[in-house]
Amino acid sequence: MSKISRGANFNSGNSRSVQTLSLPDLPYDYGALEPAISGEIMRLHHQKHHQAYVTNYNKALEQLDSAISKADASAVVKLQSTIKFNGGGHINHSIFWKNLAPVNEGGGDPPKGSLSNAIEKQFGSLEVLVQKINSEGAALQGSGWVWLALDKEFKRLLVETTANQDPIVTKGSALVPLLGVDVWEHAYYLQYKNVKPDYLKNIWKVMNWNYATQVYEKECI
Amino acid sequence: MQPGGGDMPTLGLLQQIEKDFGSYTNFKEKFIEAVLTSFGSGWVWLVLKREKKCLAIVKTTNAVNPLIWNDIVRNFSPIISLDLWEHAYYLDHKNDRGAYVKTFMDHLVSWDAATARIARAQAFVNLGEPKIPVA
Repeated sequence: MSKISRGANFNSGNSRSVQTLSLPDLPYDYGALEPAISGEIMRLHHQKHHQAYVTNYNKALEQLDSAISKADASAVVKLQSTIKFNGGGHINHSIFWKNLAPVNEGGGDPPKGSLSNAIEKQFGSLEVLVQKINSEGAALQGSGWVWLALDKEFKRLLVETTANQDPIVTKGSALVPLLGVDVWEHAYYLQYKNVKPDYLKNIWKVMNWNYATQVYEKECI
Repeated sequence: MQPGGGDMPTLGLLQQIEKDFGSYTNFKEKFIEAVLTSFGSGWVWLVLKREKKCLAIVKTTNAVNPLIWNDIVRNFSPIISLDLWEHAYYLDHKNDRGAYVKTFMDHLVSWDAATARIARAQAFVNLGEPKIPVA
Protein backbone atom coordinates (compact mmCIF):
# COMPACT_ATOMS: atom_id res chain seq x y z
CA MET A 1 0.00 0.00 0.00
CA SER A 2 1.49 3.31 -0.92
CA LYS A 3 1.52 6.10 1.58
CA ILE A 4 0.45 9.50 0.45
CA SER A 5 3.27 11.77 1.53
CA ARG A 6 2.49 14.95 3.41
CA GLY A 7 2.34 18.00 1.25
CA ALA A 8 1.28 16.09 -1.86
CA ASN A 9 -0.52 18.28 -4.30
CA PHE A 10 -4.07 16.93 -4.21
CA ASN A 11 -5.01 19.35 -6.95
CA SER A 12 -2.61 17.69 -9.34
CA GLY A 13 -5.37 17.04 -11.87
CA ASN A 14 -6.32 20.71 -11.91
CA SER A 15 -4.33 22.92 -14.25
CA ARG A 16 -5.37 26.41 -13.32
CA SER A 17 -3.59 29.35 -14.84
CA VAL A 18 -2.92 32.53 -12.95
CA GLN A 19 -5.06 35.48 -14.01
CA THR A 20 -2.52 38.15 -14.92
CA LEU A 21 -3.05 41.88 -15.29
CA SER A 22 -2.17 44.23 -18.10
CA LEU A 23 -1.30 47.91 -18.23
CA PRO A 24 -4.49 49.97 -18.62
CA ASP A 25 -4.51 52.56 -21.39
CA LEU A 26 -4.29 56.20 -20.48
CA PRO A 27 -7.66 57.92 -21.14
CA TYR A 28 -5.81 60.82 -22.89
CA ASP A 29 -2.59 61.55 -24.81
CA TYR A 30 0.69 61.81 -22.93
CA GLY A 31 0.90 65.53 -23.65
CA ALA A 32 -2.72 66.28 -22.78
CA LEU A 33 -2.03 67.36 -19.19
CA GLU A 34 0.56 69.99 -20.11
CA PRO A 35 1.68 72.41 -18.83
CA ALA A 36 0.71 71.05 -15.40
CA ILE A 37 2.40 67.68 -15.98
CA SER A 38 4.80 67.24 -18.90
CA GLY A 39 4.28 64.66 -21.62
CA GLU A 40 7.73 63.24 -20.88
CA ILE A 41 6.75 62.51 -17.29
CA MET A 42 3.39 61.03 -18.29
CA ARG A 43 5.05 58.74 -20.84
CA LEU A 44 7.74 57.47 -18.44
CA HIS A 45 5.31 57.24 -15.56
CA HIS A 46 2.87 55.12 -17.58
CA GLN A 47 5.14 53.09 -19.89
CA LYS A 48 8.01 52.48 -17.45
CA HIS A 49 6.89 52.82 -13.84
CA HIS A 50 3.31 51.56 -14.05
CA GLN A 51 4.30 48.86 -16.55
CA ALA A 52 7.02 47.67 -14.14
CA TYR A 53 4.49 47.32 -11.32
CA VAL A 54 2.21 45.27 -13.61
CA THR A 55 5.06 43.07 -14.86
CA ASN A 56 6.46 42.41 -11.40
CA TYR A 57 3.02 41.82 -9.90
CA ASN A 58 2.29 39.19 -12.55
CA LYS A 59 5.67 37.57 -11.87
CA ALA A 60 4.95 37.52 -8.14
CA LEU A 61 1.54 35.93 -8.75
CA GLU A 62 3.12 33.12 -10.78
CA GLN A 63 5.64 32.54 -7.99
CA LEU A 64 2.83 32.62 -5.41
CA ASP A 65 0.82 30.09 -7.38
CA SER A 66 3.84 27.80 -7.49
CA ALA A 67 4.54 28.27 -3.76
CA ILE A 68 0.92 27.51 -2.87
CA SER A 69 0.83 24.35 -4.94
CA LYS A 70 4.05 23.17 -3.27
CA ALA A 71 2.58 24.06 0.16
CA ASP A 72 5.66 26.18 0.76
CA ALA A 73 4.42 28.53 3.49
CA SER A 74 7.77 30.20 3.85
CA ALA A 75 7.86 31.15 0.17
CA VAL A 76 4.24 32.33 0.31
CA VAL A 77 4.94 34.69 3.20
CA LYS A 78 8.16 35.92 1.64
CA LEU A 79 6.25 37.02 -1.47
CA GLN A 80 3.83 39.23 0.45
CA SER A 81 5.91 42.40 0.39
CA THR A 82 6.52 42.29 -3.37
CA ILE A 83 2.82 41.56 -3.97
CA LYS A 84 1.79 44.50 -1.80
CA PHE A 85 4.32 46.81 -3.42
CA ASN A 86 3.70 45.94 -7.05
CA GLY A 87 -0.03 45.22 -6.70
CA GLY A 88 -0.43 48.46 -4.79
CA GLY A 89 1.54 50.30 -7.45
CA HIS A 90 -0.82 49.01 -10.13
CA ILE A 91 -3.96 49.82 -8.10
CA ASN A 92 -2.81 53.31 -7.18
CA HIS A 93 -1.68 54.33 -10.64
CA SER A 94 -4.84 52.96 -12.27
CA ILE A 95 -6.84 55.32 -10.04
CA PHE A 96 -4.41 58.20 -10.62
CA TRP A 97 -4.77 58.20 -14.43
CA LYS A 98 -8.55 58.41 -13.98
CA ASN A 99 -8.48 61.16 -11.40
CA LEU A 100 -6.55 63.44 -13.79
CA ALA A 101 -8.04 64.91 -16.95
CA PRO A 102 -7.08 67.39 -19.67
CA VAL A 103 -8.42 70.91 -19.17
CA ASN A 104 -10.72 70.59 -22.17
CA GLU A 105 -12.25 67.44 -20.66
CA GLY A 106 -13.09 68.93 -17.28
CA GLY A 107 -9.65 68.82 -15.67
CA GLY A 108 -9.45 71.50 -13.02
CA ASP A 109 -13.21 72.14 -12.89
CA PRO A 110 -14.29 72.30 -9.23
CA PRO A 111 -16.54 69.62 -7.74
CA LYS A 112 -20.32 70.02 -7.86
CA GLY A 113 -23.33 68.45 -6.18
CA SER A 114 -23.21 66.21 -3.15
CA LEU A 115 -19.40 65.93 -3.01
CA SER A 116 -19.07 69.71 -3.09
CA ASN A 117 -21.56 69.99 -0.23
CA ALA A 118 -19.71 67.39 1.79
CA ILE A 119 -16.42 69.22 1.26
CA GLU A 120 -17.90 72.54 2.38
CA LYS A 121 -19.56 70.96 5.39
CA GLN A 122 -16.47 69.09 6.56
CA PHE A 123 -13.61 71.38 5.54
CA GLY A 124 -15.26 74.80 5.19
CA SER A 125 -14.26 75.27 1.56
CA LEU A 126 -12.53 73.62 -1.38
CA GLU A 127 -9.49 75.88 -0.84
CA VAL A 128 -9.04 74.63 2.71
CA LEU A 129 -9.24 71.02 1.53
CA VAL A 130 -6.68 71.59 -1.24
CA GLN A 131 -4.35 73.33 1.24
CA LYS A 132 -4.61 70.37 3.60
CA ILE A 133 -3.90 67.83 0.86
CA ASN A 134 -0.93 69.87 -0.38
CA SER A 135 0.60 70.32 3.06
CA GLU A 136 0.28 66.60 3.81
CA GLY A 137 1.82 65.83 0.43
CA ALA A 138 4.68 68.27 0.94
CA ALA A 139 5.41 66.91 4.43
CA LEU A 140 5.38 63.25 3.44
CA GLN A 141 8.79 61.70 4.12
CA GLY A 142 10.20 59.49 1.41
CA SER A 143 7.93 57.99 -1.25
CA GLY A 144 4.15 57.73 -1.04
CA TRP A 145 0.73 59.11 -1.90
CA VAL A 146 -1.71 61.60 -0.45
CA TRP A 147 -5.41 60.76 -0.78
CA LEU A 148 -8.84 62.28 -0.50
CA ALA A 149 -10.79 59.28 0.73
CA LEU A 150 -14.33 58.46 1.77
CA ASP A 151 -14.92 56.41 4.88
CA LYS A 152 -17.98 54.57 3.61
CA GLU A 153 -18.92 53.32 7.04
CA PHE A 154 -19.21 56.75 8.59
CA LYS A 155 -19.84 58.63 5.34
CA ARG A 156 -17.00 61.02 6.13
CA LEU A 157 -14.31 62.46 3.89
CA LEU A 158 -10.74 62.40 5.05
CA VAL A 159 -7.22 63.25 3.91
CA GLU A 160 -4.77 60.43 4.43
CA THR A 161 -1.26 59.52 3.29
CA THR A 162 0.20 56.13 2.48
CA ALA A 163 3.85 55.12 2.22
CA ASN A 164 5.49 53.63 -0.86
CA GLN A 165 2.73 51.92 -2.89
CA ASP A 166 0.44 51.00 0.00
CA PRO A 167 -3.17 51.32 -1.19
CA ILE A 168 -5.57 53.42 0.92
CA VAL A 169 -7.26 50.32 2.32
CA THR A 170 -4.11 49.68 4.35
CA LYS A 171 -5.18 52.68 6.43
CA GLY A 172 -8.73 51.39 6.94
CA SER A 173 -10.82 48.73 5.25
CA ALA A 174 -13.80 51.10 4.88
CA LEU A 175 -11.77 53.70 2.97
CA VAL A 176 -12.58 54.37 -0.69
CA PRO A 177 -10.14 56.52 -2.69
CA LEU A 178 -11.69 59.54 -4.42
CA LEU A 179 -8.52 61.33 -5.52
CA GLY A 180 -4.87 60.32 -5.25
CA VAL A 181 -1.76 62.46 -5.66
CA ASP A 182 1.44 60.57 -6.39
CA VAL A 183 4.27 62.25 -4.46
CA TRP A 184 7.02 59.83 -5.46
CA GLU A 185 9.80 61.91 -6.99
CA HIS A 186 9.35 60.20 -10.37
CA ALA A 187 5.91 61.87 -10.56
CA TYR A 188 7.40 65.36 -10.82
CA TYR A 189 11.20 65.48 -10.73
CA LEU A 190 11.96 65.94 -14.43
CA GLN A 191 9.71 69.00 -14.55
CA TYR A 192 9.70 70.49 -11.07
CA LYS A 193 13.02 69.16 -9.73
CA ASN A 194 12.99 69.36 -5.93
CA VAL A 195 10.22 71.96 -5.82
CA LYS A 196 7.46 69.56 -4.80
CA PRO A 197 5.13 72.41 -3.67
CA ASP A 198 4.97 73.76 -7.27
CA TYR A 199 3.93 70.31 -8.53
CA LEU A 200 1.25 70.15 -5.83
CA LYS A 201 0.01 73.63 -6.71
CA ASN A 202 -0.26 72.87 -10.44
CA ILE A 203 -1.73 69.39 -10.36
CA TRP A 204 -5.10 70.85 -9.31
CA LYS A 205 -5.37 72.42 -12.79
CA VAL A 206 -5.82 68.91 -14.19
CA MET A 207 -7.65 67.28 -11.30
CA ASN A 208 -10.68 65.30 -12.43
CA TRP A 209 -13.31 66.11 -9.83
CA ASN A 210 -15.96 64.45 -12.06
CA TYR A 211 -14.33 61.10 -11.37
CA ALA A 212 -14.21 61.79 -7.61
CA THR A 213 -17.87 62.85 -7.66
CA GLN A 214 -18.92 59.69 -9.51
CA VAL A 215 -17.17 57.45 -7.00
CA TYR A 216 -18.55 59.44 -4.06
CA GLU A 217 -22.14 59.38 -5.31
CA LYS A 218 -21.95 55.66 -6.03
CA GLU A 219 -20.87 54.92 -2.44
CA CYS A 220 -23.28 57.34 -0.83
CA ILE A 221 -26.53 56.18 -2.35
CA MET B 1 32.06 58.94 -4.58
CA GLN B 2 34.87 60.61 -6.53
CA PRO B 3 35.50 61.71 -10.12
CA GLY B 4 37.23 58.84 -11.92
CA GLY B 5 36.11 56.41 -9.23
CA GLY B 6 35.07 52.82 -9.69
CA ASP B 7 37.73 50.24 -10.51
CA MET B 8 38.49 48.03 -7.51
CA PRO B 9 39.46 48.27 -3.87
CA THR B 10 43.03 47.32 -3.02
CA LEU B 11 45.19 45.96 -0.21
CA GLY B 12 43.55 45.40 3.20
CA LEU B 13 40.06 46.47 2.13
CA LEU B 14 40.11 44.10 -0.84
CA GLN B 15 41.32 41.31 1.45
CA GLN B 16 38.49 41.96 3.90
CA ILE B 17 35.93 41.98 1.03
CA GLU B 18 37.34 38.68 -0.26
CA LYS B 19 37.19 37.24 3.25
CA ASP B 20 33.57 38.26 3.85
CA PHE B 21 32.09 37.85 0.35
CA GLY B 22 34.34 35.29 -1.30
CA SER B 23 35.42 37.63 -4.08
CA TYR B 24 35.05 41.24 -5.23
CA THR B 25 32.78 40.04 -8.05
CA ASN B 26 30.48 38.33 -5.59
CA PHE B 27 30.36 41.44 -3.39
CA LYS B 28 29.50 43.58 -6.44
CA GLU B 29 26.69 41.19 -7.44
CA LYS B 30 25.25 41.20 -3.91
CA PHE B 31 25.40 45.00 -3.74
CA ILE B 32 23.60 45.35 -7.08
CA GLU B 33 21.03 42.78 -5.98
CA ALA B 34 20.36 44.79 -2.82
CA VAL B 35 19.75 47.88 -4.97
CA LEU B 36 17.41 46.10 -7.36
CA THR B 37 15.34 44.59 -4.53
CA SER B 38 14.87 47.86 -2.64
CA PHE B 39 11.47 49.56 -2.71
CA GLY B 40 10.79 53.27 -2.39
CA SER B 41 13.23 55.81 -1.01
CA GLY B 42 16.26 54.65 0.90
CA TRP B 43 19.95 53.77 0.87
CA VAL B 44 22.15 50.72 0.41
CA TRP B 45 25.30 50.50 2.53
CA LEU B 46 28.46 48.50 2.84
CA VAL B 47 29.09 48.48 6.59
CA LEU B 48 31.61 47.01 8.98
CA LYS B 49 29.84 45.09 11.73
CA ARG B 50 31.85 45.88 14.82
CA GLU B 51 30.87 42.97 17.05
CA LYS B 52 31.06 40.38 14.29
CA LYS B 53 34.20 41.94 12.74
CA CYS B 54 32.94 41.50 9.19
CA LEU B 55 31.62 43.51 6.28
CA ALA B 56 27.94 43.34 5.34
CA ILE B 57 25.49 44.93 2.90
CA VAL B 58 22.47 46.56 4.56
CA LYS B 59 19.46 48.52 3.30
CA THR B 60 17.79 51.42 5.08
CA THR B 61 14.60 53.33 4.32
CA ASN B 62 14.15 57.08 3.87
CA ALA B 63 16.92 58.89 5.76
CA VAL B 64 17.94 56.21 8.22
CA ASN B 65 21.72 55.85 8.72
CA PRO B 66 23.12 52.61 10.17
CA LEU B 67 25.03 54.69 12.74
CA ILE B 68 21.79 55.14 14.65
CA TRP B 69 21.51 51.40 15.15
CA ASN B 70 23.51 51.67 18.30
CA ASP B 71 23.18 48.39 20.10
CA ILE B 72 25.36 45.36 20.69
CA VAL B 73 23.93 43.42 17.81
CA ARG B 74 23.87 46.16 15.23
CA ASN B 75 26.88 48.36 15.83
CA PHE B 76 27.81 49.38 12.30
CA SER B 77 30.46 51.59 10.71
CA PRO B 78 29.48 52.79 7.21
CA ILE B 79 32.10 52.08 4.54
CA ILE B 80 30.25 53.06 1.37
CA SER B 81 26.70 54.23 0.71
CA LEU B 82 24.43 54.61 -2.30
CA ASP B 83 21.46 57.00 -2.31
CA LEU B 84 18.40 55.32 -3.83
CA TRP B 85 16.02 58.26 -3.55
CA GLU B 86 14.78 58.99 -7.07
CA HIS B 87 16.19 62.52 -6.90
CA ALA B 88 19.69 61.00 -6.81
CA TYR B 89 19.43 59.47 -10.29
CA TYR B 90 16.23 60.41 -12.09
CA LEU B 91 17.57 63.24 -14.24
CA ASP B 92 20.42 61.03 -15.53
CA HIS B 93 18.86 57.59 -15.57
CA LYS B 94 15.07 58.10 -15.29
CA ASN B 95 13.55 54.89 -13.93
CA ASP B 96 16.61 52.74 -14.69
CA ARG B 97 18.05 51.95 -11.23
CA GLY B 98 20.11 49.14 -12.74
CA ALA B 99 22.01 51.60 -14.98
CA TYR B 100 22.52 53.94 -12.01
CA VAL B 101 24.08 51.33 -9.73
CA LYS B 102 26.26 50.05 -12.59
CA THR B 103 27.55 53.60 -13.23
CA PHE B 104 28.18 53.96 -9.50
CA MET B 105 30.13 50.70 -9.23
CA ASP B 106 32.09 51.21 -12.46
CA HIS B 107 32.84 54.93 -12.39
CA LEU B 108 31.93 56.68 -9.15
CA VAL B 109 32.51 54.68 -5.98
CA SER B 110 35.49 56.04 -4.07
CA TRP B 111 37.51 53.09 -2.77
CA ASP B 112 39.96 55.68 -1.39
CA ALA B 113 37.25 57.07 0.89
CA ALA B 114 36.14 53.54 1.78
CA THR B 115 39.71 52.58 2.70
CA ALA B 116 40.03 55.66 4.90
CA ARG B 117 36.76 54.76 6.65
CA ILE B 118 37.71 51.17 7.34
CA ALA B 119 41.12 52.34 8.60
CA ARG B 120 39.35 54.73 11.03
CA ALA B 121 36.92 51.98 12.03
CA GLN B 122 39.89 49.85 13.09
CA ALA B 123 40.30 52.21 16.04
CA PHE B 124 37.23 50.39 17.41
CA VAL B 125 37.60 46.97 15.87
CA ASN B 126 40.60 44.72 15.66
CA LEU B 127 40.20 43.00 12.32
CA GLY B 128 43.46 41.07 12.52
CA GLU B 129 43.47 37.47 13.71
CA PRO B 130 44.10 37.32 17.47
CA LYS B 131 47.69 36.25 17.96
CA ILE B 132 47.00 33.74 20.69
CA PRO B 133 49.36 30.82 20.54
CA VAL B 134 47.69 27.42 20.44
CA ALA B 135 48.72 25.47 23.55
